[in-house]
Amino acid sequence: MKNITTQEISEKVSLALYEACHNLNSCTLNLLKEAHSNEEDITPRTILDQLLENAQIARKEGIPMCQDTGIVTAFVKIGRDVHLEGDIHDAINEGVRDAYEKYYLRKSVADPITRLNTKNNTPAIIHIDIVEGDNLSITLAPKGAGSENMSRLAMLNPTDGIEGIKEFILKAVKEAGGRPCPPIFLGVGIGGNFEKSAEMAKEALMRLNPSSDPTIAKLEAELKDEINKTGIGPMGLGGKTTCLGVFINTFPCHIASLPVAVNIQCHANRHVEVVL
Amino acid sequence: MIDTSTWRKGDVINLTGVVYTARDAAHKRMQEMLERGEELPVDFKGAFIYYAGPTPTKPGQVVGSIGPTTSCRMDKFIEMMPKLGIKGMIGKGPRSESVEKACKKYGLVYCVATGGAGALLSKRVKKCEEVAFQDLGCESIKRLEVDNFPIIVAIDFAK
Ligand code: SF4
Repeated sequence: MKNITTQEISEKVSLALYEACHNLNSCTLNLLKEAHSNEEDITPRTILDQLLENAQIARKEGIPMCQDTGIVTAFVKIGRDVHLEGDIHDAINEGVRDAYEKYYLRKSVADPITRLNTKNNTPAIIHIDIVEGDNLSITLAPKGAGSENMSRLAMLNPTDGIEGIKEFILKAVKEAGGRPCPPIFLGVGIGGNFEKSAEMAKEALMRLNPSSDPTIAKLEAELKDEINKTGIGPMGLGGKTTCLGVFINTFPCHIASLPVAVNIQCHANRHVEVVL
Repeated sequence: MIDTSTWRKGDVINLTGVVYTARDAAHKRMQEMLERGEELPVDFKGAFIYYAGPTPTKPGQVVGSIGPTTSCRMDKFIEMMPKLGIKGMIGKGPRSESVEKACKKYGLVYCVATGGAGALLSKRVKKCEEVAFQDLGCESIKRLEVDNFPIIVAIDFAK
């Protein structure tokens, strides 16, 4: 049995949120660099240049890389040999409150009807899973609305098959155009049911590597190529780079349904995992 | 005074001048004030409107992270823009056809700044002062003096 206190959790969460908002992960940075050397035209090159310089300034000077420091999603995996001293939801929310106050992050969470701001960026959206072992892992992803608002979900016909899935995904990306701050990443959930597909799409975005399933990895690569052929380009102003990566998670579904969810992530690809 | 008549779609401009932040809530409130015949608290003449809501300013900083927000949410306020006497708008993403038409008709430009480059853009703001609607928090109207603020022309008003 490992004992973990709420205070330990809150502290780690708060630090991870600082990290996420200021330090773009090296994988995304490298993809941006690669994209920059790939582009020939002045507009996409200028934009990618700015994004690279932006990441540097954010890291060095402690200025959030994007002003939309988002609403926080947390994927929590609790080892079954962990004993939590206190409520995990409270612990995470306390970490969020602390980070958004202390690090001068923008508070962007409001009541959906009255639109009154909660003033501390809580509550976070928390997904909890129980796993083997005695570790507690929390992946934190502050995500802005520009890209989240372009997400789509469809209950396709099972006979639509791979072609139908691709068509739906490409349509979602084209409709989004320049709005989600391309270059984008794409999280896709295929199968499960209505809510499972959406959650998978979001969780797929926590990856940085291709799927371990070769069939899915191939589909990810094909979709990335096809999206880049649309020519939407950085900020939707044209260019070769629209998508930096596609991540697909799947789950078995009912014989009569084929849910597909697409969650768009902007280049400000912020997610950090903490393990206690 | 900045001459925007020679600006053409695709031009990369380094803007030096005065820019006012205003986004959803500020636009809505200004429209309501104008409908009631009230005077606006800010004189926008000759300046730009920037759709942006920065992160809170840290001690010692001019302004927090300040990239553009999605412009199309402000499309419905386009008819109010000529009344403000502005030169143009800065934001991100595409605009509707009505905005395109209004720009040509009233001699306005729409430019995009790089979304998600809030840290970089904050370094090009030399002065920042909250001038109206303080109660709106990050959505209040702020007067910015910008220096070499990088934008790209997306809609011009060439005949
Ligand atoms: S879409 Fe992403 S990069 Fe663009 S403004 Fe929103 S959070 Fe920032």
